[in-house]
Amino acid sequence: MDLALQLLFTGIGIGAVYSLVALGFVLIFRATNVVNFAQGEFSMVAAYLMVVAVEAGLPYWAAFIVALLGMALLGAVFNLGVYYPLRHRSYLPVIIATIGASILLANSVLAIYGPQPQVLEGWFETPGIQVGPVYLDSQYLLIIGVTICLVIFNFWFFEKTLLGKKLQATSQDKEMASLLGISVSTMIMITFIYSAVLGGLAGILVAPVLFVSIQMGSTIALKAFAATIIGGFGDVAGAIIGGLALGVIETFGAAYVSVPYKDGFAFLVLIAFLIFRPQGIFGERVAEKA
Amino acid sequence: MSAPSDNMPIPAPAIRSKPLVVRHLPYFIGAAILVVLAANMNFDGYVHNILLQATTFAIAVFGLSVVLGLCGQINLAQAAFFGLGAYAVGMGTTDLQLSFWLCLVGGCLISLLAGAFLGMSTLRLGGHYLAMVTISFQQIVTLVMINAIWLTRGPDGVPNIKRPDLFQSSQSYLAFCVAMLAIVGYLVWHLSDTKLGRAMRAVRDNELAAGVNGIDVFRTKIYAFALCALLGGLAGGLFAGGFAYVSPDQFSFAESIVFLTMSLLGGVASPIGSAIGTGLLILIPEWLRFLKSVPGLYLAIYGLFVILIIRFMPDGIWGFVADAFTRWRAKLPAPPVAGALHLKPAMTGGDIVLEVIGLSKHFGGLKAVDGVDIAVKRGGVHALIGPNGSGKTTTLNVLSGLYVATSGRIVLDGTDITHMPPHQRTASGLGRTFQNIRLFRSMTALENVEIGAERPGNTMVGKGDDALTERAMEALTFVGLGSRANELISSFSYGHQRLIEIARALASNPTLLLLDEPAAGLNSTEKLELHELLKRIAAQGLTILIIDHDMTLVSEAAQHITVLNFGRRIADGESMAVLRHPDVVSAYLGSE
Repeated sequence: MDLALQLLFTGIGIGAVYSLVALGFVLIFRATNVVNFAQGEFSMVAAYLMVVAVEAGLPYWAAFIVALLGMALLGAVFNLGVYYPLRHRSYLPVIIATIGASILLANSVLAIYGPQPQVLEGWFETPGIQVGPVYLDSQYLLIIGVTICLVIFNFWFFEKTLLGKKLQATSQDKEMASLLGISVSTMIMITFIYSAVLGGLAGILVAPVLFVSIQMGSTIALKAFAATIIGGFGDVAGAIIGGLALGVIETFGAAYVSVPYKDGFAFLVLIAFLIFRPQGIFGERVAEKA
Repeated sequence: MSAPSDNMPIPAPAIRSKPLVVRHLPYFIGAAILVVLAANMNFDGYVHNILLQATTFAIAVFGLSVVLGLCGQINLAQAAFFGLGAYAVGMGTTDLQLSFWLCLVGGCLISLLAGAFLGMSTLRLGGHYLAMVTISFQQIVTLVMINAIWLTRGPDGVPNIKRPDLFQSSQSYLAFCVAMLAIVGYLVWHLSDTKLGRAMRAVRDNELAAGVNGIDVFRTKIYAFALCALLGGLAGGLFAGGFAYVSPDQFSFAESIVFLTMSLLGGVASPIGSAIGTGLLILIPEWLRFLKSVPGLYLAIYGLFVILIIRFMPDGIWGFVADAFTRWRAKLPAPPVAGALHLKPAMTGGDIVLEVIGLSKHFGGLKAVDGVDIAVKRGGVHALIGPNGSGKTTTLNVLSGLYVATSGRIVLDGTDITHMPPHQRTASGLGRTFQNIRLFRSMTALENVEIGAERPGNTMVGKGDDALTERAMEALTFVGLGSRANELISSFSYGHQRLIEIARALASNPTLLLLDEPAAGLNSTEKLELHELLKRIAAQGLTILIIDHDMTLVSEAAQHITVLNFGRRIADGESMAVLRHPDVVSAYLGSE
C-alpha cells in the first residue's frame, strides 16, 4: 500500500510533464489542424538551453528565463520556417515537414553536444519531505504545482482575456476570424510561441528527474501524443487527464511488470484506446462534412 | 457541354490493346541485362556492399511509394518492418537452422501481419494517428530487439547469417537481389493501373468520393499499408542474407527517416523515383563520409532535406519528369468510342425504387432530419426541395451512407441498405454526385470515370481493362467530353467538372442516381444543357433523385416533388400541385 501511494505520487509527477507537452500539441492542433511532431524536441532543446545557461554561471532563475526566451524564439522560427510556408497545403506535407524539423533539432543538438547525457540540478536545495509513508520529492512537487498553476492560467487566458478569445476564434474558423479583423497569422504565431514555451517548461521541469539526453524529446512526445488520444483528441481537459493517467499507468507498469519495457506501456495503452475507444474519454471532433 | 451530335455512335473498332507482357518487354530486357551484369562484373568488396545495400533498401522504399505515394498514408516504421524481415532470416537460419527461403517467406508474413494489425487498429482514424502509432511501433520493435536478449541476442546482434545454397557467392547473391528488385519494381509500377491501384489513388485524392464510388476505403488503406510492410520485410530478409550480420541499430527510427527521405527525394508517386532517391541517398553519404565523423550531423542534414524537399520539390526529382509525361499524355487522342452509353438499371424490386421510412438524423439536440418518408417511383425524376437548412443535403448524406441514420429505414430496389457503409450501398446500385465537386484531382477525366465503371456489381462492363476504358469513354461521350478524356481534372471548367462527376456515376450503371444541387454555380446556358442531359438520362429509364434550388429546373425536370422544412416533410406529390401548396409557398416566401 505504501509503495502504491509512492508510485501514485511519482506517476502524477511524470504525468504532469506529459500533460504540459500534450497541451502544446492540442493548442497547435486546434489553431492549425496539424500535429506538430517536433513538440517533444521543444522540451529537449529547452533542457539543453538550461544546462548551457547554468554552466555559463547564470543563477538558476536567470537561466530559466533565458531558456524560456530561447524557446519563444524557437517557436517563432519554427512557425516561419516549417509551418507557415506550407499552411495552404494538406496535412500530410505539414506532418512530414514537422518530422523533418524534429530530426533536424534532435541531431543538431547531438552534433553540437555529443551523445553524453547531461545532468541538470534541481531547483531546490532540500531534496524532499516525508509525509507519513510517502516521500515527496521536491522536484515532483514543483512539477505538479506548476502544472496546476498553468491549467488555471490557461483557463483564465482562453476564457477571460480578449487575446485568448481571439485565439479561440482563429482555431475554430480562420476565415470568419479574419473577416472580423483578427490577424490570423499573428494568432498562429502566438500559438506556436506559446506551445514552444509550454513544451520548454515541461522539459526544464522534468530534466532534473531524468537525464538530459537527445532521446528525451521523442520519448516525451510519444507519450504526450498517447495522452491526447486517451483524453480525446483536440480536447484541453482530455490532454491533461490523459497525461496524468498515462504517467500513473507507466509508473505502476514499471514497478510491477517490467522496467526495460517501461516506454512500451504507452504504446499498448494507445493501441487499446485506438481499437476500443478511438474518440478518447472526452470524445472527438466530428468527421468531415460532405 | 454536349452537342446532340456527340451522342451519335461513332463507328470505330472496339479497343484492343496489345498484351501487357509485349508492351512491357523493354523493361524485362533491361532488367535481364542488369541481372547479368550484376552476376558477371567483378566489383571490389566496397562497391559490392554499396550495391547490395542500395538494392535491398530500394525494395523497402518501393513499399513507401505504395503507401505514401499511391494511397497517401504515412508509415514511419518502415525500418521496423525491414528489421522484422531481417531478424526472421537472421535468427531463423542461425538459431533455428531453417532454410533461407522458409525464413524469407516467414519474415515477409510476419511483417505483413504486423502491418495489417497496425493498419486495422489505426486506419479508420486521421493521418496524425497513423504517424504517431507507426513511430510508437518503431520504438517498441527497437526496444524488443535490444532488451529481449534470450530471443534476439540483444545489442550484440546476430552474426553468421546464412544464404541460400543456390546463391552462395556474394556475386550471385547480388544478381539474385537485383532480379528481386526488378520483379518488385515491375509489380509496384504496374500496380497503379490495376483496380487496387486505382482504388488507392482514389482514396488518396478524396476519401469520401472513393467511398460513394464503391471503393472500400478502409480495406484499401489496409492493403496499401500491409503491402508496404511486406515489401519492408522482404527487403530486410534480403539485406540480412547479404550482409550476414544484423543488429538493432540498423533498424532504428533514424533508419525509418532515411527511408522516408529517400522516398521523398526521388518522388513518392513512382517506383522509379524510389530507386533514384535510394541510389542518391546511399551514394551521397558515401561521398560525404567526413560528415559521419560528427555524430548526428548527417541525420540533421537529412532532417533539413526533408523540410526543403517538402517545401520546394513536393513531387521529388522524378516529379519533374512525370509532370512532362502528364502534359504529353493530355495531348494524346482519346481512345475511340465504340458505341453509345447504355443504362440498364436493375429492376429487382417493385414499382418503388427507393423507399425511405421514418428517416431521422439528429446531431446532439438538433433534429436535422426528423421522421421523413420518401417514395421514389421507378423511371422518373423525383426532386427533394426545401429552403436552406431544411435537411436536404443531410438526407442525401444519410441515403448514401456518409452519415449514420439515427432511426428509420432505407430500402433500395428491394434491399435494405440502412446499415451498409457507403461502398456497399454503391455496390447495391446507388450513384451520387456532390454539391461541392469531389473528383480525384490527380487523375485524368477518363481515370475518374473508370473508377465509377469499376463499381462492384456493374453488369454493363465486360472483363478486363479494355472493356473498362470502353465503358468510361461511352459515359464521357454521353456528357459531351469524350474528346478530352486524357486531360487532368484541373484543366476542366467548373461546369465540365460537374459533368465528369455525372459521367462517373453513370458509368457505374446505377439503379438510382442522386444528384446534389447539380445546377449550383452553372450559368444559364449550362443549366439548359444540364436539363437536356437529365432528359436523356431519364429517357433510358434511370431513376433520378435530385436536390436543387433552381425552381425552373426542378419544376420542368421533375414529375414528383418532396418538400422538407426544418427537417420534416411538409408536402409530397405531383410537381405542379406541390409547388402551389400553401405550406410550400409560405416556407419559401414566408407567410403573412
